[in-house]
Amino acid sequence: MKIDLTDTTASKINKALVQGRRAIGTPAVGMVLTLVIVTDEENAYDALKAANDASHEHPSRTLVVIRRVSRSPRDRTQSRLDAEVRVGADAGTGETVVLRLYGEVSDHAQSVVLPLLLPDAPVVVWWPVGAPRDPAKDPLGALGQRRVTDSYSAEKPIDELRARAESYEPGDTDLAWARITPWRSVLAAALDQVRCEVISAEVTGEEFNPSVELLAMWLADRLHVHVRRGVSSGPGLTEVRLETTGGPIALNRPDGAMATLALRGQPDRAVALKRRETAELIAEELRRLDPDDTYASALRFGVDRLGGAASGVPRVPVSASAEVSASGGASASTEVSALRPALPPAPPSPSAPPAPSASGDGDGDGGSRPSPAQMPAVKKAAP
Amino acid sequence: MAPLPVSGANPLRDPADRRLPRIAGPSGLVIFGVTGDLSRKKLMPAVYDLANRGLLPPGFSLVGFARREWANEDFAQEVHDAVKEHARTPFREEVWQQLIQGMRFVQGTFDDDDAFERLRETIEELDKAQGTGGNFAFYLSVPPSAFPVVIQQLKKHGLADQTGGSWRRAVIEKPFGHDLESAQQLNAIVHEVFAPDQVFRIDHYLGKETVQNILALRFANQMFEPIWNRSYVDHVQITMAEDIGIGGRAGYYDGIGAARDVIQNHLLQLMALTAMEEPASFDADALAAEKTKVLGAVRLPKDLGRDTVRGQYAAGWQGGEKVIGYLEEDGIDANSKTDTYAAIRLGVDNRRWAGVPFYLRTGKRLGRRVTEIAVVFQRAPHSPFDTTATEELGQNAVVIRVQPDEGVTVRFGSKVPGTSMEIRDVSMDFAYGESFTESSPEAYERLILDVLLGDSNLFPRTEEVELSWEILDPIEEYWEKNGRPAQYPAGTWGPVEADQMLERDGRSWRRP
Repeated sequence: MKIDLTDTTASKINKALVQGRRAIGTPAVGMVLTLVIVTDEENAYDALKAANDASHEHPSRTLVVIRRVSRSPRDRTQSRLDAEVRVGADAGTGETVVLRLYGEVSDHAQSVVLPLLLPDAPVVVWWPVGAPRDPAKDPLGALGQRRVTDSYSAEKPIDELRARAESYEPGDTDLAWARITPWRSVLAAALDQVRCEVISAEVTGEEFNPSVELLAMWLADRLHVHVRRGVSSGPGLTEVRLETTGGPIALNRPDGAMATLALRGQPDRAVALKRRETAELIAEELRRLDPDDTYASALRFGVDRLGGAASGVPRVPVSASAEVSASGGASASTEVSALRPALPPAPPSPSAPPAPSASGDGDGDGGSRPSPAQMPAVKKAAP
Repeated sequence: MAPLPVSGANPLRDPADRRLPRIAGPSGLVIFGVTGDLSRKKLMPAVYDLANRGLLPPGFSLVGFARREWANEDFAQEVHDAVKEHARTPFREEVWQQLIQGMRFVQGTFDDDDAFERLRETIEELDKAQGTGGNFAFYLSVPPSAFPVVIQQLKKHGLADQTGGSWRRAVIEKPFGHDLESAQQLNAIVHEVFAPDQVFRIDHYLGKETVQNILALRFANQMFEPIWNRSYVDHVQITMAEDIGIGGRAGYYDGIGAARDVIQNHLLQLMALTAMEEPASFDADALAAEKTKVLGAVRLPKDLGRDTVRGQYAAGWQGGEKVIGYLEEDGIDANSKTDTYAAIRLGVDNRRWAGVPFYLRTGKRLGRRVTEIAVVFQRAPHSPFDTTATEELGQNAVVIRVQPDEGVTVRFGSKVPGTSMEIRDVSMDFAYGESFTESSPEAYERLILDVLLGDSNLFPRTEEVELSWEILDPIEEYWEKNGRPAQYPAGTWGPVEADQMLERDGRSWRRP
């Protein structure tokens, strides 16, 4: 059932929720969390649809906050709150309130959302697009213990990752990170099977897809090796290749659905690695509400290290690994280096990794990528 | 291939990384009796669902073994149909493509040496083509009489040999014998070929989320455990009711009966989980130790005639359908003494439970299909309200609903609004389907994955099985010698004798 309220307040919305629940005969609520979706009119429908699908796994109260753009200065001074309350079959398993904020009130969305949060239940804030630079400090973001952004939707994903790393607070997470969980689990399972050291790695995927960078950073952060980021035409991630002392391990997915895992001395094996729907990503995101330390660590590894070798680590001889690639060109194959002297030397020492024959690709003009010296110091993840 | 590294050696694994699921290592599953109902309705869909959730290793292989004249393609088609019909998760072509590459069928009977030779060749071929690494679990979905043959054949053809760090496991279904002696024989047969820690006894109840939740409810919370003892608990009722009759299982069921079929495994396991002390940790050994301890402390009633009841369903109406009685079922001897209903009262001889009766009952053709554990508390020692105010107040209870409609109900008294002071029972409800997921994994998914991972938390061990028979055997012997099962009309909650059994104790059965 659906109740429309125009020029309303949070307390009237609360009343409508109770009324709606009574009317459909289920006064008891078993909802486990409040999901706040902050979006614009254009993306509201898809986001809400994903949230409703995810609510089959996590019954929740979904609050969709839509800030309406005011056309004239006069409109901007007038505030109005419209709400659409949906319970029962119209709202997945849970309740949905779509809030439209006009004029001044759109700067004070938290005052509308706060009274509508479920008592004593976790709050998750999700920005499908246009996440604030510092989610935890955002007035709406501050209400949640979990803040979900999506760097894939950003115009400049690399800048977005950089900003996320700077402003990271426990509880932040990124759908671009959730997208690579299946890849990470297959790679971890592959390493379970062999006893060898990883020497270097390469992650290849679409150009403006931050999942590729995140996977590369995760590998670099965990394995402490050089990780190259290669560009392909997609879809999404296409290949991860680990060079190990026991021969290469390659996970290759050319078509966005079916991947092949190849290990030396073992037959190739097929793995289903389908690109997942937003609903599945959100459902995964809602499954665990504790801070994702692995994400933090990978993120803080620093996307800027894509530019060259270990910034701020002068003791490491910077050799060919400092090769800088052309700015986002088709031939881009940049490199992540994780030679951190603080780390115990992993045998066999990767001190002299075979210099990747970068001469072929990167033109070496280093135009837009900062050289190691220019790069800001990267915050190190808490151990 | 290189043996598995010691755990923790994999730099991509991090205990803090809670998104990464545990994926089974390279392995395969061989199902004997693959044409059976269980295999079609539960096992094959569970394998697909696991693959769909990304929990099976790349190259996972599924081998079917049965008498039917099938080629690999026919088998794949059969699995395909079973998956389409029964799988929990949506059908996806690429997951299917991953699975189908590792599907093989071996035709033969259990005494056919050639067939087992072919099975061995198939496994070797899979090791090469799919990289299963020699790790195979043999799921014996076969009648108990075929157990010894299959196990011996596995041994004879070297299929049970673990070489070079690979594993071979046996998965067996109930019944684990029909009394202590036969259970010991069976265990001896199986353990002669497979090491005890490589034998997995499936009790699908233990794979259910709600059953695992018993442990969470008791040991992760502060509000239940302090009153979970004889000072506050009046008694415990564990019920597993079915609304169906024996269907086509006359051959298996007659002579076995409800007590052997259900109480010995499911109900005693549920009782052990309800009554056991807190395990030192959640690992298999610690859990088994506590369960064994509490099963060892179970005490039978002194007068078995007074505190046990068995029954047989008679013709009647079940949910608007006219049904025939047990003795009229096809293939049942009209003089059969087999119980289709059994209710027993047990005690637990330890400090926590002394004097608290545990009532276990199970039956076919009862009111509806339900399994639940009800912990019924004592009445308040003193009530400031007068007796008319609390006339309708029953005893408080915590009810764990195992199936269907999984959840937990807490029953307590509450004031009726508008009256001066009248107190009546109300229920506070937690439904799994409401608070978590409407698609929680099937029990078989969890259990098959645990077998592949070698995680034996949720599998009863030899000692538990034998202890359970020690509890049930005297009752069965008594029933054998004395009297006949009481008749109860189908579609009711069992014979009146069962009601009288609780009345004598001043209690009554819950209507689940």
